[in-house]
Amino acid sequence: MNIHEYQAKELFDRFQVPSPRGKMAGTAKEAEAIAKEIGSDLLVVKAQVHAGGRGKGTFKNGFEGGVHLTKDAVAIGEIAGKMIGETLVTKQTGDEGRLVRKVMVADAVEIEHEYYLSLLMDRDTSRPVIVASTEGGMDIEEVAENRPERIIKQLIHPLAGLQPYEVRKLTAALGFKGGAAKEFGKLLKNLYKLFLSLDCDMVEINPLVETKDGQVLALDAKFGFDDNALYRHPEVLAYRDTEEEDPREVAASEFNLSYIGLDGNIACLVNGAGLAMATMDAIKFAGGDPANFLDVGGGATKEQVVGAFNIIQSDAKVEAILINIFGGIMDCNVIAEGVVAAVQETGLKLPLIVRLEGNNVTAGRETLSASGLAITGADDLADAAKKAVASV
Amino acid sequence: MSILVNPDTKVLVQGITGGFGGRHAGLSLEYGTSLVAGVTPGKGGKTFDHGDYSVPVFDTVSDAVKGTGATTSAIFVPPPFAADAILEAVDAGVDLIVAITEGIPVMDMMRVKEYMRGSKTRLIGPNCPGVVTPGSGPDSTGGCRIGIAPGYIHKKGNVGILSRSGTLTYEAVWQVTSLGYGQSTCVGIGGDPINGTSHLDIIKLFNEDPETEAIIMIGEIGGSAEEEAAAWIKENCKKPVAGFIAGATAPPGRRMGHAGAIVSGGQGTAEAKKAAMADAGIVVAETPSEMGSALLQAWGK
Repeated sequence: MNIHEYQAKELFDRFQVPSPRGKMAGTAKEAEAIAKEIGSDLLVVKAQVHAGGRGKGTFKNGFEGGVHLTKDAVAIGEIAGKMIGETLVTKQTGDEGRLVRKVMVADAVEIEHEYYLSLLMDRDTSRPVIVASTEGGMDIEEVAENRPERIIKQLIHPLAGLQPYEVRKLTAALGFKGGAAKEFGKLLKNLYKLFLSLDCDMVEINPLVETKDGQVLALDAKFGFDDNALYRHPEVLAYRDTEEEDPREVAASEFNLSYIGLDGNIACLVNGAGLAMATMDAIKFAGGDPANFLDVGGGATKEQVVGAFNIIQSDAKVEAILINIFGGIMDCNVIAEGVVAAVQETGLKLPLIVRLEGNNVTAGRETLSASGLAITGADDLADAAKKAVASV
Repeated sequence: MSILVNPDTKVLVQGITGGFGGRHAGLSLEYGTSLVAGVTPGKGGKTFDHGDYSVPVFDTVSDAVKGTGATTSAIFVPPPFAADAILEAVDAGVDLIVAITEGIPVMDMMRVKEYMRGSKTRLIGPNCPGVVTPGSGPDSTGGCRIGIAPGYIHKKGNVGILSRSGTLTYEAVWQVTSLGYGQSTCVGIGGDPINGTSHLDIIKLFNEDPETEAIIMIGEIGGSAEEEAAAWIKENCKKPVAGFIAGATAPPGRRMGHAGAIVSGGQGTAEAKKAAMADAGIVVAETPSEMGSALLQAWGK
């Protein structure tokens, strides 16, 4: 789950991780009022969408840039007016762009130096790791590639927690001195607390800045939350903005389907995440392009298949559907009956290729062929993928 | 022989009175598993009944272990309580825990993993289909089934199978059985980013198991466990290995169903894993339909 920049600021405030003064605005008027309230020499207004590259983006109304600096509070209102209700296209949004509903107005601080700071879960050691660099404000993967010596990593013991010596080590390695060193130490401790308390799988501050007046502030941040832990963080879950998500993925979550939209034309419906990935791979291997990842879980009930068909058919690019079910415990005939009912209920017109294997498979295959529906059976996954590719 | 479990392994089920746990406990009993106890706090003294089987239920794992001599625990406890259930089983001193539960928070597993360092207990999973050592009866009954895998697709034999995924494991098992061969033990290690036992841990066990003659190792995108196993196999493995990696077409930065299946920062790609496996002399199947034939090629059958 992603959150907006202004929501990240709210979380930072709650855990006392310092960031520039600022607030979210839903109208031009609000933006102007916030600008006046901040009363700084230089202000920044930023479009709030879940996509990077905002600064270099262009609005469909022709207005350039999703991030603007100005000294004038009235101008902040005017710029906000050109952003709110308009569609911003950046290198991460695709051509369709994203509708901007809110902006964030903040104090544009004077930067002395930019750093990089993130906290994430290290899979190799199963421990949290702090990653920091003096090369802030740029693509950290590029830094890791070209100047790996500039990347500092510190693993944290999960039960002992962040130790004072670890804070001192990082402070020294980044070169913070005097008051800024103290500020950084406080920020790091609070950030670690936030990371643990909110079940984050990643918090990335890029850039973390030291200002000309010696403050250390989180200027821009990216959060990743562990979906499995959201049940115990209702306040974080409330930040979910379904308007920013693929509508097909939002619909899928209502049917307990795990769905990820892709760009191809052959949809698939599979039980099990590993097999679902493998089915996408098999479509590609047969010369086609998968339209989605879709895991119906252990079951594949009629209701789920109906829901899945509706989501798949809402994607205009889809030209065929491949169902791949390994009915282990589940009776393949029950699955087949569910598929037949779902085809009838949704009036499916697309070519449907079904590969069933497992428990009571003979009866399942008979149910499919006796239905009189245009369903193509397949012997194995490779065969199913070939038939699906041939059908489009 | 086999690895981890055999038909004599005494198994208890934590969460046996839940719908999911109870259903699979019943199937395990039918398969021939020595399922000797169930644990559900507050239901101690009752029994879990399935057909002619009656299994005593205990309030705590420690009572169940004392009362029945169980050495292995299967965990079917809902995610918010699963980490605690694992720790309870560790504390009770079982040798093996198989955690089936899907959706345990990563931070919970981080603490569990740290707590278990140096402990004699091995954890398989979480978010896994479990462990099966097939028996020699009809539909491979008479074996040991812990978890949620369909028993009848197995056949007693000499192929060791390990995977992060459930249905993909069943595919491999079914292909091996359909080709006329069988399995020594099949292990699902789970699809979460933090799990108790890695690909490499299981490969080492298969390598030492006299009954296992060949191995299928199935992986997926995310992390570097497959590369780690491949590097070890290259230098040390005495047995032929075939493999498959799922997720070549997965977009970067997206979690593909399993919490651990994500390519991030260019790490954990299917391409890199396949290359590492091929470099180790593993025969890598291009599609999951070819896992069986890749095995035969590696095995020289």
